Amino acid sequence: MKKHKKIRRNIRFIIILGIALIILYPLFWMIGSSFKPESTIFKDLGIIPKQFTLENYNKGWYSSGMVTFTTYFKNSFTISIFSVIGNIMTCSLAAYAFGRLEFKGKKIFFNIMLVTMMLPQHAILVPQFTYFYQLGWVNTFIPLILPKFLAADAFFIYLMTQFIRGIPRELDEAAIMDGCNRYSLFFHIIIPLCSPALVTTAIFTFMWSWNDFFTQIIYLRESLMYTVTLALRTFVDPASISNYGAMFAMSTISIIPILIIFVFFQKQLIEGVAMSGIKG
Amino acid sequence: MNRKLNRYAGYVFLLPWFVGFFLLTLIPMIISLYYSFTNFNLLSEPKFVGLKNYIQIFTSDQHFINALTVTIKYVFISVPLQLLGSLILAFILNKGLPGLSLLRAAFYIPSLLGGSVAISILWRQIFGLEGILNKALSAIGFVDLAQISWMSNPDTAVWTLIILRVWQFGSPMIIFLAAIKQIPDSVIEASAIDGASRFKQIIKIMIPLMSPILLFNFVMQIISAFKVFTEAYIISGGKGGIMDSLLFYTLYIYNEGFGNMRMGYASALSWIFVLIVGIFTSLAFKLSSRYIHYN
Repeated sequence: MKKHKKIRRNIRFIIILGIALIILYPLFWMIGSSFKPESTIFKDLGIIPKQFTLENYNKGWYSSGMVTFTTYFKNSFTISIFSVIGNIMTCSLAAYAFGRLEFKGKKIFFNIMLVTMMLPQHAILVPQFTYFYQLGWVNTFIPLILPKFLAADAFFIYLMTQFIRGIPRELDEAAIMDGCNRYSLFFHIIIPLCSPALVTTAIFTFMWSWNDFFTQIIYLRESLMYTVTLALRTFVDPASISNYGAMFAMSTISIIPILIIFVFFQKQLIEGVAMSGIKG
Repeated sequence: MNRKLNRYAGYVFLLPWFVGFFLLTLIPMIISLYYSFTNFNLLSEPKFVGLKNYIQIFTSDQHFINALTVTIKYVFISVPLQLLGSLILAFILNKGLPGLSLLRAAFYIPSLLGGSVAISILWRQIFGLEGILNKALSAIGFVDLAQISWMSNPDTAVWTLIILRVWQFGSPMIIFLAAIKQIPDSVIEASAIDGASRFKQIIKIMIPLMSPILLFNFVMQIISAFKVFTEAYIISGGKGGIMDSLLFYTLYIYNEGFGNMRMGYASALSWIFVLIVGIFTSLAFKLSSRYIHYN
């Protein structure tokens, strides 16, 4: 009986491991291929290169002439980091109001916030673009960053509101006895206790801004302002000659920041995902 | 003074959100509705044309029908498949396996990277005429099948994107794993005493208990699937593929508004899109209050 169970467990493990390997194979193949000589990439289904070269990286990095991937990385980092700062600051302010404070219309505003979370951004795409166009902000990072400083990512407000509601109210009361008011309470009690939710917000904001394509392709038109994702797109332009080696090399580099975050913050990431989907 | 400030604290803390909501959401929505009744190309003033855009969309726009068909097909095939796969794997993983956290992490990586341009580029390669799928197919003897360019053939193109979405089952799987863990052991033990098999336990007890979470995630995935853009843009080279086979709705809005500069028309398309997504969202929430099992 016991032996039987063990065998079943092992079979299950092998099946699951097999699925995991099949699923990750394309990714590993891309990373492996980025180190293969261009001419061998399509002939070789293996992951580990038989001939190792860094030529694809060299070619890819300088592929677009005057502007290189150094610029694109700088731009992507600038946008992502400011987005993180904006979201952490303003979403936590709103979440504190929704999670802790009493005021007229709170319920209505909260529901409005939930609706904006579901609303496809296409509803506001054209007018937003015309605003920013008239202000002369197309081809700047402002349209990408400003919304984060106005708490436009309702998802994170929601996430933090749920988190703040879970903080025991006794702590507030004790702090108020000690002379805190509604404002200092936020900085002395809520923010420090909120740090897991703030970390989750920071991680997801960074990754989403890093991977963003839709807003960037609309607002960033000149190659000096291109981000990594926009630069990668130029590889698939019908006009350009496809160079898969360079393409894979730059694709691999583009996902490194995400993979680094994943390695260091795996626990927070996975908890964040579980939290976001359960507390519906 | 202090007391008064305390009373208005809620509004003070919501100030950035208020400004954002009015300037970046509410007013643009109203303007967008107005634009949808105009001819507008950004350079000259919008010209009011009444219902002309909507009439054209519903009576003589073949691209609209194609875009809607492709998108709906994609959404309603990929999301159920993705969630079913993630649910099955969650139940298998829940029984405990060596290296569980590593496996869970491995399954999550596709969700982490799936929406990126890098993965879309990889997908273009995998399903291209010279791609690794065809290399593998011809290696195992399916030489005829290996002649197909999966991403440019109109019959198969949308399937490459469906596969891409199903591939990203890791994040719902993590949610379902956490949901299974929340089911009290006592409930499961009680049913085991009653002699229910493992399969019966899952179908009759665990899934009904998880139904609020299942439905919530179904809705969220539907909404996110409707909005797919990056993959469609990259895999079709921005053009929507042969015979509109990859003309996803968002891509069509983008091409009309920012490619052809028909911003009034694009606004009308956007509003129809918002209504469609809104109908699915509210429908699902209605259903949830009727069929869902609350404990």
